[in-house]
Amino acid sequence: MPPRNFLPVTLRTLVAWVVTLLLFFPLGWVFLTSFKTELQAIHVPPLFVFHPTLENFSLVQQRSDYLLFARNSLYTSVGSTFLGLLIAVPAAYSMAFFKTRHTRDILLWMLSTKMMPAVGALIPVYVMCQTAGMLDSVPALIIVYTLSNLPIMVWILFTNYKEVPGEILEAARMDGANLWKEFRHVVLPLTIGGLASTGLLCLVLSWNEAFWALNLTSAKAGTLAVMIASYSSPEGLFWAKLSAASTMAIAPIIVFGWLCQKQLVQGLTFGAVK
Amino acid sequence: MKLSATLTTLAAAMIVAGTAHAATELVIATVNNGHMIEMEKLTPFFEKAYPDIKLKWVTLEENTLRQRVTTDIATHGGQFDVMTIGSYEVPIWAKRKWILPIKTDAAYDVNDLLPPIRSALSYDGKLFAAPFYGESSMLMYRKDLAEKAGVKFSGRPTWEEVRDAAAKMNDPKAGVYGICLRGKAGWGENMALLSTMVNTFGGQWFNMKWQPQLESKPWHDAVNFYVDMMKKYGPPGASANGFNENLALFNQGKCAQWVDATIAASFISNPKQSKVADDVAFAQAPVAVTPKGANWLWSWSLAIPASTKKADAADKFVTWATSKDYIKLVASQEGWANVPTGTRESTYANPDFKKAATFAPAELKAIETADTHDATLPKSPYVGIQYAAIPEFQAIGTAVGQQMSAALAGTETVDQALKTSQELAERDMRQAGYYK
Amino acid sequence: MAPAVLTLFLWMIVPLVMTLYYAFVNYNLLEPGAHTFAGLNDFRYFVTDPDFWPAVWNTLLLIGTVIVITVVFGVLLALLVNEPFPGRGVVRVLLISPFFVMPTVNALLWKNMMMNPIYGVLADVWRAFGATPVDWMTNWPLLSVIIIVAWQWLPFACLIFITSLQSLDREQMEAARMDGASAPQRFFYLTLPHLGRPMSVVIMIEMIFLLSVYAEIAITTSGGPGNASTNITYMIYKQALLGFNVGVASAGAVFAVILANIVAVFLVRIIGKNLD
Repeated sequence: MPPRNFLPVTLRTLVAWVVTLLLFFPLGWVFLTSFKTELQAIHVPPLFVFHPTLENFSLVQQRSDYLLFARNSLYTSVGSTFLGLLIAVPAAYSMAFFKTRHTRDILLWMLSTKMMPAVGALIPVYVMCQTAGMLDSVPALIIVYTLSNLPIMVWILFTNYKEVPGEILEAARMDGANLWKEFRHVVLPLTIGGLASTGLLCLVLSWNEAFWALNLTSAKAGTLAVMIASYSSPEGLFWAKLSAASTMAIAPIIVFGWLCQKQLVQGLTFGAVK
Repeated sequence: MKLSATLTTLAAAMIVAGTAHAATELVIATVNNGHMIEMEKLTPFFEKAYPDIKLKWVTLEENTLRQRVTTDIATHGGQFDVMTIGSYEVPIWAKRKWILPIKTDAAYDVNDLLPPIRSALSYDGKLFAAPFYGESSMLMYRKDLAEKAGVKFSGRPTWEEVRDAAAKMNDPKAGVYGICLRGKAGWGENMALLSTMVNTFGGQWFNMKWQPQLESKPWHDAVNFYVDMMKKYGPPGASANGFNENLALFNQGKCAQWVDATIAASFISNPKQSKVADDVAFAQAPVAVTPKGANWLWSWSLAIPASTKKADAADKFVTWATSKDYIKLVASQEGWANVPTGTRESTYANPDFKKAATFAPAELKAIETADTHDATLPKSPYVGIQYAAIPEFQAIGTAVGQQMSAALAGTETVDQALKTSQELAERDMRQAGYYK
Repeated sequence: MAPAVLTLFLWMIVPLVMTLYYAFVNYNLLEPGAHTFAGLNDFRYFVTDPDFWPAVWNTLLLIGTVIVITVVFGVLLALLVNEPFPGRGVVRVLLISPFFVMPTVNALLWKNMMMNPIYGVLADVWRAFGATPVDWMTNWPLLSVIIIVAWQWLPFACLIFITSLQSLDREQMEAARMDGASAPQRFFYLTLPHLGRPMSVVIMIEMIFLLSVYAEIAITTSGGPGNASTNITYMIYKQALLGFNVGVASAGAVFAVILANIVAVFLVRIIGKNLD
């Protein structure tokens, strides 16, 4: 492959690794701190070498019902991603391939609804959930997350579908394909990368979402974001414990990202493969 | 008639028997401080004593908790059966009948509760929340550094003495700063401390007509004193330091003096958390013109929202968690140094506690001298020492806190900061309808 | 297809309508009673707040700076890792991992572990070079928030650009090289146009999320000192969750949407051709 970049390989490797390690450092520091005692965590100067301990993890495990939180996070993330895709794919499809005068306006309007900060809609949504008897339930979170992520999903999928060359669709239609066949055999293979990236984005956004998780749940439906909130800024030293709790909260999704990264990057193309 | 009476009694008995077997589940919202975490850990003991009640916990950081429970109780959401609230919320919520009075029996010994705490949590003569934990504020300092610098505090120190001591003990090259105080913006952060300073310099938040007094002489004196002292003898980054940041600094040996919550005393004397555990000493919070309001009063307490359907079970839990027996239970599990303090006289009378907690006498004295109904030299229309127990205070306090933080950071002069604070406070009070 | 769009429409409309309704009434959570009609009072109160114009400015500054940082560095990083080298797979995973951290943890991490002028890692680095550590939160509050937010969003931009570069036409690139085009020329005439559409997507998405940055500010600087790091969302939060004034908070939310729409119109004009 012709080197497009003007840096030779060894230099590029060095720069890439240095920059990456610098960018990753804060996260690595959290991971490291989860193995320190509270006193070691606030040590001046910061400790890089120390005697590791697992006490924070066992403390978090004892104190919080990690599995309950993790399970709820999983349900809400996967549920909202799935539901979101179910609605976003047809919507984006119709807007991309059956364009009307108003398409652009609808897209922008959808995005503008997303621009309202969540805190402004807290009371309306809270009262809605309360009236529906859905406070502290996983379905309520799934619906709220789906609604939050829908505009983004529709947008990304829309731009993906715009990349599909019109001629291919024309050819398929002339061959007599109906809507479903057209989608399944022509469009889907070309845009599966976009679908994957949209799904991943929605998954991560739902996993990290804290505002609604904190406000709409109490005893049963709390997600990992709620677990983190119980370790953050109590009175007293909390660094090591928070780091351990964060590591436990981030771990599943990073592992997931690691496992899929090859497929994702290979499949994620923003243009049809020529 | 006899038959129907028998049938009714039978039916009633069956209903009672039926419900007695169904376990009641209580959802408890609480703050994630050490003592509450401890309470959560001791759940099995409660469930053994009351087999038909199960506890579910929602533990959150203080600000998030406050927002969550206030939203819930104001919209009658009914998500919680027991809420942990502070002495700030109790008068406001009791007035609006959002919480139920606590029913206590003789064994609970409600007269054992420390009078200032009890009065802070009562409204109209009734106790509306059971105190789980109480605190005041005091001066904590390094006795080794004080000895070396020739500093001695006789009786109750004045702020002038504290400043002079800070000057003597300040040694930035050795990494020791003369005094650490809160600077992070927030009604419960820097304004808690600054309010006590204003009080003791003879000021108040609002006069009897509810007009903010932020440009009065005591405010100028107190804030100028604070900014001046912190700039000369405080640590860098002070304007972003809250309780936890200062605790970390003190535990690392970076502060010679620290005026803050009495609970800090238990942390800094704990060798597992503090490098200087053996070198700490305590004194009452510094005074200036008047001792009134020089040390604050705060209590985390358990309240029962009026919207709950399990008031009896909730009451059982609330009285269990704040009883003398509970304190003895914590002592047996974690030692007397770790019991929740600041609530009962019997705790402080206990010889084992006195032996384990060297800070106990100072803490008790601080709480006893704090009176939320009489905290300012001129008469005030509000209750509260480091806050005014009105709904508008959170927003006003935080806005003023931001201004004070700016004054400390040097991005505004003290006069500017106070002027802006006065305008902000007036604006909010007018909007809320306190005066035109 | 129309039913799908319709469902979308319906589900989104209810909270919106309610918020709009609350913006025109007097509604304070702590004052029970009927919601009296307030006309434009809530709006007036929100806009006449002394913090309002500084907050608008801070919001725009925050959004603009973070977008510029993430797009520029995102493109550079994507180019860097576009060709294979030892450990590329690991590097790619490490690069995108900050995006998976919760904003709350992110903020706490940077405030306490990195930026604290006494026991933070950055302070240590400064001292190692013999300089006085920078007091980030006090002297550079908005910049600190920008750094924290940019660190979290850079991986997102990176990922989008990395995958977009994968579909760059290699033959075209090779042909250009053969024809004697230099590296910068190849970049500006071939690579950059190809990245046009992903850039627009990144900019639009980031703009939406950056408008609602709140946790990072609340935890680190609490909007201060003064109002140096207050943005519109933080102002709304103060009204909604400190003052419990739902009326004014809703009015603020409506303003946020208006502001965002204005910014969007400008952005669309600049990058609009890439959206169709």
